[in-house]
Amino acid sequence: MPQLIKQRLVTDDGWQLVREAGALGDLPGGVPVIVPLKLWIERRAALIARGDVGVWLAPDEDPAALAADAARLPLIAVDFPQFTDGRGYSHARLLRERYGFAGELRAIGDVQRDQLYYLAQCGFDAFSIRADKDAEDALHGLDDFTDGYQLTQQHTPWFQRRAAPGQAPNPGDVWFPCA
Amino acid sequence: MYRYDSFDQRVVDQRVAQFGDQTRRFLAGELTEDEFRPLRLQNGLYLQKHAPMLRIAIPYGLLSSRQLRTLAQVARKYDRGYGHFSTRQNLQLNWPRVEDVPQILAALARVEMHAIQTSGNCIRNITSDHFAGVASDEVIDPRPYCELVRQWATLHPEFAYLPRKFKIAVTGATSDRAAVLVHDIGLQAVRDAAGAVGFRVIVGGGLGRTPIIGHVIREYLPRAEILNYLDAILRVYNRFGRRDNKYKARIKILVKERTPARFAADVEAEYLHGANGPGTVPDAEIARLERFFEPPAYETLPLEDADCRAALADNRAFANWAKRNVAPHKTPGYAIVTLSLKPTGTPPGDATSDQMDAVADLADAFSFGELSVSHEQNLVFRDVRKGDLFALWAELKALGFATPNIGLLTDIVCCPGGDFCSLANAKSIPIAQAVQQRFDDLDYLHEIGELDLNISGCMNACGHHHVGHIGILGVDKQGAEWYQVSIGGAQGNDAALGKVIGPSFAAHEMADVIERLIDTYVAHRHADERFVDTVHRVGIEPFKERVYAAAH
Repeated sequence: MPQLIKQRLVTDDGWQLVREAGALGDLPGGVPVIVPLKLWIERRAALIARGDVGVWLAPDEDPAALAADAARLPLIAVDFPQFTDGRGYSHARLLRERYGFAGELRAIGDVQRDQLYYLAQCGFDAFSIRADKDAEDALHGLDDFTDGYQLTQQHTPWFQRRAAPGQAPNPGDVWFPCA
Repeated sequence: MYRYDSFDQRVVDQRVAQFGDQTRRFLAGELTEDEFRPLRLQNGLYLQKHAPMLRIAIPYGLLSSRQLRTLAQVARKYDRGYGHFSTRQNLQLNWPRVEDVPQILAALARVEMHAIQTSGNCIRNITSDHFAGVASDEVIDPRPYCELVRQWATLHPEFAYLPRKFKIAVTGATSDRAAVLVHDIGLQAVRDAAGAVGFRVIVGGGLGRTPIIGHVIREYLPRAEILNYLDAILRVYNRFGRRDNKYKARIKILVKERTPARFAADVEAEYLHGANGPGTVPDAEIARLERFFEPPAYETLPLEDADCRAALADNRAFANWAKRNVAPHKTPGYAIVTLSLKPTGTPPGDATSDQMDAVADLADAFSFGELSVSHEQNLVFRDVRKGDLFALWAELKALGFATPNIGLLTDIVCCPGGDFCSLANAKSIPIAQAVQQRFDDLDYLHEIGELDLNISGCMNACGHHHVGHIGILGVDKQGAEWYQVSIGGAQGNDAALGKVIGPSFAAHEMADVIERLIDTYVAHRHADERFVDTVHRVGIEPFKERVYAAAH
């Protein structure tokens, strides 16, 4: 079983990921489910009525398809079939920044320690670690870096904060060339 | 030049620690080769034919003497006492041990250097004009913007796993020495009618398997919007660039398949979401970066130096060198000096640790302790007093870096090729050496005049053969090494792709082939016409006839 990291803890997963489902009857009952985007689009009303449904996106699917549902959905998952396929990073930023999704944003698939920092920066807050990897070890990946230059879900660009009036420079900062 | 503050230093230090742990887990078997490969590539580490190769970033080609001494020391301690300056202004070490790489990176971090994103499917080292800051044709000094883009690109969380590698070049001059037309993104500084600085944005150029000249997708982008616009281009590429075939994964293919006009529209639409937002760069930040690149303490000097003038008249060897290797500087009394890393007999772009140390000393003595690396694989002292040129020439001669061949046939741009690289189809260094040996008569070389000869050992085109006036490409024919020749390519403002003259040649034929091309040129040229101009005027036929009539 994959292991879930949420709020910086390895935790039990209350959701069941349904990789393939052609019809509502394919879904298990009595447990919250994460359904493919295609099923969500086809059976949206029924799934909304069911109430305990999240949606997962493949890399080649457009997060804009969930724009209208961003406020309703409690969970959106983004699949990484291979960790080297980086489309999901853009999906995450679009969901957070453009479509205003505030629920749980979960990375699923080939999710490993060495990608967690970047994933978190892009707005993921839950990580379904690949089953053969140690989730406790993967937790360390969240702390590879303490800060970064870019505009991300965690911070504004460093140049905005560096320039902010009243902000004390870091100790030891060299503000002008010394050589 | 730019100096790290504690924020910059912490980013690099944490990267060193991260990679040290990744290497440890790989050596312990916790990471498979497939899992480790993208991680090590993003730290510049290849596992090659004979040994690993580590590619160290030299951001926009700028080095201090202190940094060069560290490179020398690293090459001496962890490698075989030499390094190779590449066509993307990086330094490559060909023989480090995998387990030593974290220590090498730690040594580099102590002098504000790294190997971040020098390989892999991510945003690579930002390259620029090697005359930046001193060129007489400069609109602006591009280096503050190079640094801005470097910081933005460094560990960008959204764009670490792109479809393919991504190369950005920036120039601030009217004459393009940064090859902005053949990069994934080229940024060329321009001013609007009111004099405000912005950039012309060129996308989708590149060499490799499918050489394409880039397309201008925006004539003027205000400087403050540069990062928002880059984010938009990269996001469109990250989402829609092809991932099904690595040979069609570069942005140039996406631009071509969508058409440049539609691609530009997609970027503009994406950009509108970020425009004038938190990613807009405040003037204060640009001013902060500009302060790092203020001119050094130039002396007030006359335009001409009398002693230098006398030496030029008296000493023909010095005059030859000055003619080829010295370029005009925008400050009176100063000159730009190119150190040729292309003497006959050593691989183009190579320098030993001892030579690096000596160059560092000379940079301190003659050029404010700084130098640049050019994409033609030479070194540049940007700020030399004209009165010092003769003394510097004597020192460089002793060092072997005063070959007066900059821009000439023997100033060959050449990838490491089959001697080192596991991608190569054929060796490139022996071809360079054969041509250098054939054309070792300096008078004749000068008479031939400007000629760019570029050699790539495979179609990845690290030697930029498509834009050589003469381009040589190593090809594999039934396991044997052959060489395809093209002519008429050009870099810079009039960038053009060369045309293949016909069937390929064996290695031992290559010096003869080049000689026949030169003979044809000499027979057809008009006064003061460069080789490439003659090719463009008369076409490739006369060259082809001469080469193949003799060869077959």
